[in-house]
Amino acid sequence: MYDKVKYLPAGDKALIIEFGNEISIEINAKIRNVVKFINEAKIEGIEEIVPTYRSIQLLYNPLKISYSKLIEKVDILYNKPIENKEDNIRIFKIPTLYGNEYGPDINYVAEHNHLTLEEVIKIHTRTDYLVYMLGFTPGFTYLGGMSERIATPRLSSPRTKIPAGSVGIAGSQTGMYPSETPGGWQLIGRTPLRLYAPNREPPVFLNAGDYVRFVSITEEEYKDIQKQVEEDNYKVKVITPERGEHDD
Amino acid sequence: MTNIKVLKGGFFTTIQDIGRWGYQNIGMPVAGVMDNFSYRVANYLVGNSEREAVLEVTFLGPKLKFLEDMVIAITGAGMNPKVNDTEISMWKSFKVSKGDVLSLGAATTGIRSYIAFGGKIDVEPVNSSKSTYAKSGIGGFKGRRLLDNDGLNIKVFNNRSPDRYLDKKYIPEYSKKNIIRVILGPQDDYFTEEGLNSFFNPKGYKITNQSDRMGYRLEGEIIEHKEKADIISDGTVFGSIQVPANKQPIILMADRQTTGGYTKIATVISSDLPKLAQMSSGDEIIFKKVSVKESHKIYREFEHKLSIIKDEISKTQKIRYHKIGPLRKMKITINGINYIVDVQEVK
Repeated sequence: MYDKVKYLPAGDKALIIEFGNEISIEINAKIRNVVKFINEAKIEGIEEIVPTYRSIQLLYNPLKISYSKLIEKVDILYNKPIENKEDNIRIFKIPTLYGNEYGPDINYVAEHNHLTLEEVIKIHTRTDYLVYMLGFTPGFTYLGGMSERIATPRLSSPRTKIPAGSVGIAGSQTGMYPSETPGGWQLIGRTPLRLYAPNREPPVFLNAGDYVRFVSITEEEYKDIQKQVEEDNYKVKVITPERGEHDD
Repeated sequence: MTNIKVLKGGFFTTIQDIGRWGYQNIGMPVAGVMDNFSYRVANYLVGNSEREAVLEVTFLGPKLKFLEDMVIAITGAGMNPKVNDTEISMWKSFKVSKGDVLSLGAATTGIRSYIAFGGKIDVEPVNSSKSTYAKSGIGGFKGRRLLDNDGLNIKVFNNRSPDRYLDKKYIPEYSKKNIIRVILGPQDDYFTEEGLNSFFNPKGYKITNQSDRMGYRLEGEIIEHKEKADIISDGTVFGSIQVPANKQPIILMADRQTTGGYTKIATVISSDLPKLAQMSSGDEIIFKKVSVKESHKIYREFEHKLSIIKDEISKTQKIRYHKIGPLRKMKITINGINYIVDVQEVK
């Protein structure tokens, strides 16, 4: 994290608040706090807040607020002390069916790392992954924290079609495909959850700063959850320090 | 229900509006119209709200058959629009009748035309926008461009605003060589002094044929980085100018992804985006630096001009009515002041 935050213009309608030049949990937590403060301050002229790995992109209307006034107001919020971040941690449980046709590359991931299939699942489900940011495609989460023990290079030739909900590994990253797209990740499993639903509000339940925990499920459980999701009856399970596990 | 039959879809015709704002934090691209000026004027002409969805037509226009009377207006690139076989004026609203066929040809000036309909295009908004993001199949008409034999439905609510027009002095002239104003940053410090000079070189950059709604790839003098061309991915805006490791700039346009991992040397000011949106491969761009303060002055002037245009357009409308009752004198009071006015029932 920089000693002093950087304010950079991105054209005539956006201000970049840059916190540092690395990917870190500390920066992510600070960003989450500042986003919260900006939201609460309801500054006239701010139109959209886009948090990323190491910065916040603030879209503003120059007819309503000047660049210097905007920086002045944001800087006060930036300097507010970080609120106890343990309080607002949310861990989302992502039921995932590993292997077989749901995760056709899991054997390759196991072989590549000299592990058994069970060990891959165990390692993948053991960590709570921090959502650093969303981008690339609607609902795609950039997750941090995967163990190097299951790191695997991308496919040499990408698949043209990957089913929505697929869980994969690319290098030392893990992630989920929110919608059907082409892609080169090693697929190890699939979740029946609808990670991105255009007509749901909000269309994506995960936010930058949330944690994701993969939970291994059986095919029977997969089909059961899938049915509930289709009928709009499934509630995503969330763990918070205050309330323990509950429905989202 | 369908009241417009798409006889021919054209090269790339999509439903667009102001864009899908408010969802970039979940990675949702904004999309929306490329040329905000032509778009807004088209809506003023047909008496719509300026945020109503329109058809954005690229390079080669569609052929549409109307199954109901309505009012339409065409702005932007010149595509020799015709109703049946008669040429019609652009930047003007007019009435089309049931059975009429509107056809737009190949673009002769500019590359994007806008067709506005008096009323609302009847498609379900996705995250409060009707814009088409074709890459992910989101929004607009089935998430895609219009194809031959599609059917559109317009909820016609306004067939009383034909013959509005935009004064000639406001009609943009599209040039194949333009000065595009930019604000340096956010990563201008990743470039050498020489690299920055190259970017502003007076010969400028050519738009390549790898250019679409997502971005324009340019070709010209190489732009040297100090060290790296890659950054930790961060946010992008309409007009961000990335310079990847091949040292040639890419301008991100309406369909850009929300985040990107290349250094961004500068950003096109919003007031110059309509001009840029009408340029295509082979056209030339010379970049010119302005400060944030200057850009805001330019933006205020741009918005002021549009508000004058909106006002003037509404005054060009002829009011048509028949007097049906006797003339009567009435007393009315406005803000405590009494007036005598002549009143007559009309139809």
